[in-house]
Amino acid sequence: MEGHLNLTLKIWRQKNASVAGKFETYQVSGISTDMSFLEMIDVLNNRLIEEGDDPVAFDHDCREGICGMCSMYINGRPHGPNRGVTTCQLHMRSFQDGETITVEPWRASAFPVIKDLVVNRSAFDRIIAAGGFVSVNTGNAQDANNLPIPKENADEAFAAAACIGCGACVAACKNASAMLFTSAKVSQLALLPQGQVEAASRAQAMVAQMDEEGFGACSNTGACEAECPKGISIENIARMNREYFSATFSSK
Amino acid sequence: MAWLAKSLNSSLGKKLLMAITGLFLISFLLVHCSLNALIFLNDGGVAFNEGAEFMGTNPIIRTMEIVLFAGLLLHIYDGLRLWLENKSKRPVAYAKVDGAANSKWYSRSMGLLGTLLLLFLILHLKHFWYFSRLTEGLEDHTLYAEMQAVFMNPVVVVVYVLGCISLGYHLLHGFSSAFQSIGWNHPKYTPTIKTIGAIFSIVIPAAFAAMPIAFYFHLIH
Ligand code: SF4
Ligand code: FES
Repeated sequence: MEGHLNLTLKIWRQKNASVAGKFETYQVSGISTDMSFLEMIDVLNNRLIEEGDDPVAFDHDCREGICGMCSMYINGRPHGPNRGVTTCQLHMRSFQDGETITVEPWRASAFPVIKDLVVNRSAFDRIIAAGGFVSVNTGNAQDANNLPIPKENADEAFAAAACIGCGACVAACKNASAMLFTSAKVSQLALLPQGQVEAASRAQAMVAQMDEEGFGACSNTGACEAECPKGISIENIARMNREYFSATFSSK
Repeated sequence: MAWLAKSLNSSLGKKLLMAITGLFLISFLLVHCSLNALIFLNDGGVAFNEGAEFMGTNPIIRTMEIVLFAGLLLHIYDGLRLWLENKSKRPVAYAKVDGAANSKWYSRSMGLLGTLLLLFLILHLKHFWYFSRLTEGLEDHTLYAEMQAVFMNPVVVVVYVLGCISLGYHLLHGFSSAFQSIGWNHPKYTPTIKTIGAIFSIVIPAAFAAMPIAFYFHLIH
């Protein structure tokens, strides 16, 4: 049943990357429990615009949990209190009337704040560009059963490919490590025959880029896996480790 | 060999080094604990002193002791390096962090637990390693007698028990984590590794902790 909430919001406000930011406190009232978290911020922003204030800048695009843009660190967790959802899929019924909600941007030196809650995640793009592709010609789409791929491998590759590049894994990790993301991108190709051609150079290039971007090293806390909206497994990190070390010894 | 250095200096390589040295230290714990458990035979330390005598004089064991110190130093160095580097990756801290929602506290506190262990280890080496290796005490004053003497002090007993608790939590994360870092995560083996890791993390520290307690309460003579 629809209810209405009065909430106190503590939101990180920062003009740009070069100035220091700080928290601002806002009151919002009459928030429908059926609203998404982003819609709740929309309500706040409408009011701020009417009052002549600067609206809270935040990233969003699809608002249906598939683009990975809506990065918000809510009450100490990426994408808020529920597992397996992005912020746009988080509904206000997950909060209590009268609650104070703290909203922060992703915090990582590799994800600099652009404005307020918007961070620059182009480091992820550069990791992909370093090796997350196949350059063999795969030809036209084949008959479905033409390529000899075991069902388990196809399923695992597909599960890894579900990563939407949202960055929640980095945000959740105490080391701001991007290993869950990078390992998902390594795995989706490593599991398929088309990906074998560049298997060794891919793992090495992507890991080198990941380190260069300034992400931390994994300490296997498993926080990334728990907070990933797409349920990417840390088994992928182990696979990336295998790919990387076998490439260390076998590459020329 | 530049390729190897490059690989070992990558974020993945540092984790691999942590894992290999950690597993090596785990194997040492097993030997150390089994040997010390001889005191529970309650034979006045005869079997234990014989074992200690063997460990102190056998050339292979003495060589391994050097490897052990090297492994320990590498584990500490790599751990410190990872801790410092990882800390620098989030220059602006979150105002609110709900860590308990997604991970175990001890998995997030390996640096702290490791530091406590190091402090304990310095005391422990001063108590027993320094005694048996760097003094000529073994003839008339056995290691067993030294244990009896050291563990008469209740403060020492409490510090040892706390050290063992730190060890238990350090292992509870470290044991299975080492396999993950090596790349050994497999549906067939991982559950077994986790179970063995949990048992090891409880049994070994508990056995170690029982030693000072047993001496203090005169449960062994
Ligand atoms: S692995 Fe999960 S949390 Fe990380 S970027 Fe991909 S979808 Fe987001
Ligand atoms: S806005 Fe696209 S996933 Fe949330």
